[in-house]
Amino acid sequence: MNFELTEERRMLQDTLRRYLRAEYSTERRNAILDSEAGYAPEIWRGLAELGVIGALFDEAQGGFGGAGFDIAVVFEELGRAGVVEPLLDGALLAGRALAMAGRQALVDDLIAGEVQLAFAHYEPGGRYDLDFVRTDATGGRLTGRKAVVMHAGAADHLVVSARAGDEIGLYLVAGDAAGLDIRDYPLLAGGRAGEVVLDETPAEPLGLGYNALCGLIDLAVVAQCAEALGAMETAVALTQDYLMTRKQFGRPIGTFQALAHRMADLLIELEQARSAVINAAGMVGTDQQAATLAASKVLMGRVGQLVAEEAIQMHGGIAMTQEYELAHIAKRIVMADHRFGDADYHLERFIALSAA
Amino acid sequence: MDLSYSAEEDAFRAEVRAFLEAELPPELAEKVRLGRDLTKDEMEGWHATLNARGWLAPNWPKAFGGAEWNAVQRHIFDEEAAAAHAPRVVPFGLSMLGPVLQKFGNKAQQDHWLPRILDGTDWWCQGYSEPGAGSDLASLKTRAVRDGDHYVVNGQKTWTTLGQHANMIFCLVRTDADAKQQEGISFLLIDMDSPGVEVRPIILLDGSHEVNEVWFTDVRVPVENLVGEENKGWTYAKYLLTHERTGLGGVGFSQAGLEAVKRIARAETHNGKPLIENSHFAARIAHVEIELRAMATTNLRAISKAAAGEAPGLEASMLKVKGSVIRQEINDLARRAVGPYAMPFASEGVAGANDAVPDPHDAGPVAAQYFNNRKLSIFGGSNEIQRGIIAKVAMGGGR
Repeated sequence: MNFELTEERRMLQDTLRRYLRAEYSTERRNAILDSEAGYAPEIWRGLAELGVIGALFDEAQGGFGGAGFDIAVVFEELGRAGVVEPLLDGALLAGRALAMAGRQALVDDLIAGEVQLAFAHYEPGGRYDLDFVRTDATGGRLTGRKAVVMHAGAADHLVVSARAGDEIGLYLVAGDAAGLDIRDYPLLAGGRAGEVVLDETPAEPLGLGYNALCGLIDLAVVAQCAEALGAMETAVALTQDYLMTRKQFGRPIGTFQALAHRMADLLIELEQARSAVINAAGMVGTDQQAATLAASKVLMGRVGQLVAEEAIQMHGGIAMTQEYELAHIAKRIVMADHRFGDADYHLERFIALSAA
Repeated sequence: MDLSYSAEEDAFRAEVRAFLEAELPPELAEKVRLGRDLTKDEMEGWHATLNARGWLAPNWPKAFGGAEWNAVQRHIFDEEAAAAHAPRVVPFGLSMLGPVLQKFGNKAQQDHWLPRILDGTDWWCQGYSEPGAGSDLASLKTRAVRDGDHYVVNGQKTWTTLGQHANMIFCLVRTDADAKQQEGISFLLIDMDSPGVEVRPIILLDGSHEVNEVWFTDVRVPVENLVGEENKGWTYAKYLLTHERTGLGGVGFSQAGLEAVKRIARAETHNGKPLIENSHFAARIAHVEIELRAMATTNLRAISKAAAGEAPGLEASMLKVKGSVIRQEINDLARRAVGPYAMPFASEGVAGANDAVPDPHDAGPVAAQYFNNRKLSIFGGSNEIQRGIIAKVAMGGGR
């Protein structure tokens, strides 16, 4: 048994944390949130130069990582800093799909930070259901609609799921393809997304089916859990600092037992969350993968809501302001439950898998 | 025990409902239903409509131009107004300052200020909280120093709701820096157009602009704007807090909110079935609804007691805690119900943001509202402060 990160992963963690501490201050991030693009191309390039995108791929794919713990280390740090650049969808989901499909040139460009990708799977009316795919693939053309596609408007290429007959498959669509309409809007927790409307849009099949799609979403769940964990660590640390410095009735508010015990509960729950992420990252590729990921996503949903709400409540009014660091972090935490299946969705999955 | 309303009360409800049907503009109700920000004109327009009917100040005595409704009538009105998605009446002049002037103001102040609240001449905001004085309100530092016929005010107020629309602010200020905390505070009415008053917006985490900072630099306030006696302001402020109020639990808002959640959950599908038939989600709805049913009766018990003229006890604090938690849970359900469509930023804070934002169930910005309503357990005496009051009365020998 060994719960230490490998030397390489620890170095990646340190480098990434230092970089984001220097380049992703609250002021900088608030400026990015207010920007028209909704993300900073120079941060994207900076992360690529550090090898952050490469860490999401194994050596055969042109990277130097790619395992569950590589993904967890990267996304925990991104979450800690509240990074809105779309690494989860653009690099991990779309990139790993292209790597599996053997599109190495595009993967190399992605790892070098030279291409922007989007991953368009979920559809209006389908909620979090993985097999809800009504987009039609006939004769090399896609027709349908995709919901809340992260940074779709900025993508050079999109990986899109569609159905040819009974078979769900993944397709590659150029960002400037004919019959592709992207309605772009800002997101509550930062960044942008779009409704993607495909109308006989030319697409190349990637030769990947429903099982590949499920495997990709599993990786996304690991990443999303780790990102939420990083954000929760920031929220808890900010709250702890605030309780020790904010004075009311002549003393630091953290000395009031009513708050002190709740702070203690947050610390206990944060350890639960850390273990849930370790479980998720560690069980990728084992026969425990499905149940463990469902369990972790449920726990992160529950603890995330508790941490976000309690952090705001214990701060009081200051946490309600957009300017203060916690506001953005709390929104990232809560919105993490709205991606790749919420706590109820994964609870159902977990029940079904445990009964089987 | 009789849980039903009297025939008179039922008739009153019918009258309120007919009024709302006839007078509430549908497009205004739609904006309220979707949680959109209302313009100053829209809020003032609704006030004028209520005032024309004599219903703008339900709790004021008829002598001052109020409706003089009892607690049950006020509750019925609140319930019907929430169900019809009528705008909330802006409370600062009507529910807060009005009763203080009626109890502690002199005749000249009553004659001057009260009619102006009703006819909309003045828009009042509240100057209580300061950056260092939130839950510990009595530690406020804004100074008012007497200089001939004026007070000279210096300091800063914060969380000033809708202060951007206001032309007047009622403030707690420190007039005796040497007295014990609560004893050196006065209640002062300040014209926001005076030189030295500056209002700065605070943007909330959902992108909305509803609160402000108000800065005072050598602001000269005529002494006739002092309410009651100098250094007795804390008593008047406390009167406001203990003043018999209805609607604390927000029962009407919760009932309307729960209906909205059910409507969304009927439209949303999961595994090919309506979300409302999903056992996990249905259980979440049921748990909140069960709490709300009980609290609605707690609320009615408090109202009935108030209508009978009994002194208010701890119900106000209890209803504030339970009511805010229930409303927040309903906001939480609404955000869960819309699934991935909780993520788009549909706040009014960003101009044009709503144009492209998808809203398949016509639900409005439910996630923004979820975050915005975290304020319910923070403002007006946080839930921690309310629990402290309850515990102190229960175990510490009275307030």
